[in-house]
Amino acid sequence: MSYQERRALVSLVETIVISVLYSAYMIQRYPAATPYSPEIFHFWGSFFLILIPVSIVAKIITAIIFAILNAIATREEEPPITDERDKLIELKAQTNGGYVFIIGFILAVGSLVISLPPAAMFIILLLAGMLSQIISDISQFYYYRRGF
Amino acid sequence: MSKTLITNTIRKLRFNQNEMTQQELADKVGVTRQTIIAIEKGQYSPSLELAFRIARVFNTPLEEVFIYEEKDR
Repeated sequence: MSYQERRALVSLVETIVISVLYSAYMIQRYPAATPYSPEIFHFWGSFFLILIPVSIVAKIITAIIFAILNAIATREEEPPITDERDKLIELKAQTNGGYVFIIGFILAVGSLVISLPPAAMFIILLLAGMLSQIISDISQFYYYRRGF
Repeated sequence: MSKTLITNTIRKLRFNQNEMTQQELADKVGVTRQTIIAIEKGQYSPSLELAFRIARVFNTPLEEVFIYEEKDR
């Protein structure tokens, strides 16, 4: 398994773990209020805003830990360059993730059209974001495994 | 309708250059070893620029490194 394949797998595991842990932690703070109260909107606003720095920090920490453990286990250093194939694979993987997020966004907006509570829209949006990242990581792993 | 396929002779050319390693070729053309492996296996078609750089390393015309074939479906 190449360095890039291992990195994609680690990113996939990190995405799943952070998503589950963060959601589990935040859901305990879900306000006991009516579906359309401002508290609900405040909760979801802060949910998404806090998630951004949390995932950035988690990505940085994971990348550092992965680089150290990988160097110890395989004595293989990180490739010093990102070449055209890496960029193409990243682009294709992000495109696949983007498609998933667009579908999620349409479903989220659709939930408002059929008069579901706003929380449903936020949950669909959140799931779409997580699924989009997961699909992007899986795509990256798949393309590296296949060659391109 | 026909299917296009690009094959290459990089493995043979490396052998003729005192068994040049994939890493050496990768360093000379500025890509990772994984990309050279993918090109050699025919899994990845390089950009025109990279194809020229590879041909230049072997001092060989491009069409002798990469062969364009057309197969009927």
